[in-house]
Amino acid sequence: MAYIITRRDTLRLAAGAAAATTLNERAIAQPIPRADVAAPKLPAESGASLRVLRPARFVEPDETIFRANTAKFQQATGIETRVDFVGWEDIRQQTAVASNTGTGPDIVLGWAEDPHVFADKLIELSDVAEYLGRRYGGWSFLGDKYGKREKTNNWIGIPFGGSTGPIVYRRSAVKEAGFDKIPNDHGEYLKLCQTLRKLNKPPGFALGNAVGDGNGFANWLVWSHGGYLVDEAGKVAINSKETIAALTYLKDLYPTFVTGTLSWGDPSNNRAYAASEVWLTANGVSLYFALKNDPALRAIAEDTEHQALPFGVVGKAPQGSLILNAMVFRHSKYPNAAKAYLQFMMESEQYDPWLSGCLGYWSHTLRAYDKSAVWDSDPKLAVYRNGTDNQFWSGYKGPISHAAGAVASEYILVQMCASVAGGQATPQEAAREAERRARRHYR
Amino acid sequence: MTATIDVAHAWVRQPQQSWLVRLFDYKPFLVAICMLPACGLLLVFLTYPLGLGIWLAFTDTTIGRDGRWVGLENFEYLLEDRLFWQAVFYSVFYTSVATVAKFALGLWLALLLNNHLPFKNLLRAVILMPWIVPTVLSAIAFWWIYDPQFSIISYLLVDVLGLRDTYIDFLGSAWPARWSLVAANVWRGIPFVAISLLAGLQTISPTLYEAALIDGATGWQRFRFITFPLLLPILAIVMTFSIIFTFSDFQLVYAITRGGPVNSTHLMATLAFQRGIPGGNLGEGAAIAVSMIPFLVFATLFSYFALARRKWQQGEAND
Repeated sequence: MAYIITRRDTLRLAAGAAAATTLNERAIAQPIPRADVAAPKLPAESGASLRVLRPARFVEPDETIFRANTAKFQQATGIETRVDFVGWEDIRQQTAVASNTGTGPDIVLGWAEDPHVFADKLIELSDVAEYLGRRYGGWSFLGDKYGKREKTNNWIGIPFGGSTGPIVYRRSAVKEAGFDKIPNDHGEYLKLCQTLRKLNKPPGFALGNAVGDGNGFANWLVWSHGGYLVDEAGKVAINSKETIAALTYLKDLYPTFVTGTLSWGDPSNNRAYAASEVWLTANGVSLYFALKNDPALRAIAEDTEHQALPFGVVGKAPQGSLILNAMVFRHSKYPNAAKAYLQFMMESEQYDPWLSGCLGYWSHTLRAYDKSAVWDSDPKLAVYRNGTDNQFWSGYKGPISHAAGAVASEYILVQMCASVAGGQATPQEAAREAERRARRHYR
Repeated sequence: MTATIDVAHAWVRQPQQSWLVRLFDYKPFLVAICMLPACGLLLVFLTYPLGLGIWLAFTDTTIGRDGRWVGLENFEYLLEDRLFWQAVFYSVFYTSVATVAKFALGLWLALLLNNHLPFKNLLRAVILMPWIVPTVLSAIAFWWIYDPQFSIISYLLVDVLGLRDTYIDFLGSAWPARWSLVAANVWRGIPFVAISLLAGLQTISPTLYEAALIDGATGWQRFRFITFPLLLPILAIVMTFSIIFTFSDFQLVYAITRGGPVNSTHLMATLAFQRGIPGGNLGEGAAIAVSMIPFLVFATLFSYFALARRKWQQGEAND
């Protein structure tokens, strides 16, 4: 959801870095349970050196601890390793260039489906992934899903973490509306939103061209009604009675939103929530920390609660997670060194401080890290703990593919919802148009 | 005697200088050599990207995969794509409305600035501000101005003056969003037009106005029969530039609405980017970009032939 955070958030959160240090000390005091499993033998090639590419940081510790861990690897193995941080929007293109030209970084920590798009250009990582799985209590649902090549047991990615966007709400407002928590039933949820609107404390979800928040809401709406973009075989199935039911529901839900959500971008809900213009929205943990670290907004943070997105008819949280997925290119001259690096970074001595430093921005993908001190550092982080165990993914129920990413970045589902909410199209027309556009990518 | 012979000898030997010197004395070669750097730059930075763009438009290249030649398939898809036609419509609408407004207001501003005002130079510098500020910065400023929750205009109307009860939803529905963007573009484009036309105004000789005054011409007549005709050549150039800039505008729209709500404010440039880079469909994005070329060529020819048809402007003598 708000995967994109404003620079101001980042600056504020830099203050959180100090808190992270204390967390690290706690983390050592409370070790991650792990099994004694023999590590795969990965003798590094002589004279090996590595280049790693990853997205820019969420919060400062994301970068500083990542760099410190890399330095530790370099010290332990003598393998010179350089990490480059590039902008969130640029990394996919750079991955594509590296893959096509066969030069550039050895390792890329890219987005969700990238290893699947470039699968033919990557080396298999099964030995490392299986070792890590056995050692740290297994991979989470999305970790497993995004790590393995479709319908095989061959690992092509090492999922580092996931970012998810549950409901963020003001306890006082929901209480005033007569609810203790966010109801999972569609009817009750609508009633809550209508009451909030009457109290002049409206909810708000992005329906504009917002990659993270917009797609998060549109996916929730469709998934929670039992609809899906494509079936298991990857055939477009969005034009279904479930989707039409979802869009019909939106016609009742949308009028409860604060004005202007049709033009909202990714940062809009953060700003509106911080200004008490919106009292219920969906977002990553960034919003909460931005409030918590600002003395003027501390009161809002204390009144804030998180909860998984309403289940609707599917009985589990209809939300996905943006996975940070590492891959090693076949063109790398030092594949063993690269694998050793990934393995080293996922070991608890390195991974736990990093996870803790990120304050819940990244949810872990290896189950043993449920015990990480970061999740107990603030009870309000609880819902992010199992962020990568959500049973939904971008392009659900289809195979993980490039097309799912393209549908998301073309805002096809978001615009399907927005055209119904804005009254330009009937649910039937909107679903048909989305089907037509999605077919273009799934051909 | 010997000396004369020597001189004569040297004189004869001169044409037999090294081939290199002769080569450089050869005029066609010299011309070619001098043009080479410029041609090289143009080829590498202009012809190659343009050619590549046109080539991509006929392939199904996506990010991460080389394309195959698909002929006109991209264009055929665009022909029946409602979104594409919406973008064509809005590009034409945006360009024509914004250009007319920019020229009306710009000309007016130029005429005002051409008068003797106190702090004339300072004023002229201030007028240029919107044009000097990087577009993205002014776009972000407008993004805030048009924000549904934090707009300064809404704040003034609702909280300060109490003229309205609700905040204005500038970008929430199609037509308000379209007009808002046109307004932002006009604000940004006026200085360029005004300053260029002001330069044109200052080349008009005051004697013409004096003569007209003696003949008893009114203010309107002076504008209609002296200012306007003499301003036409510069008007044609400025209009050509302005149309090209406006039609291929990208930053304002992308920074303020990203083409929303529901794609109603996509220009061809933003749609091409959206399809090509975030959507990953490079071939289709290139096809949209290539579709802009005929419009731009038409606009350029129109301003040239409709506005600049006097012979002397085309390099011939005036009769």
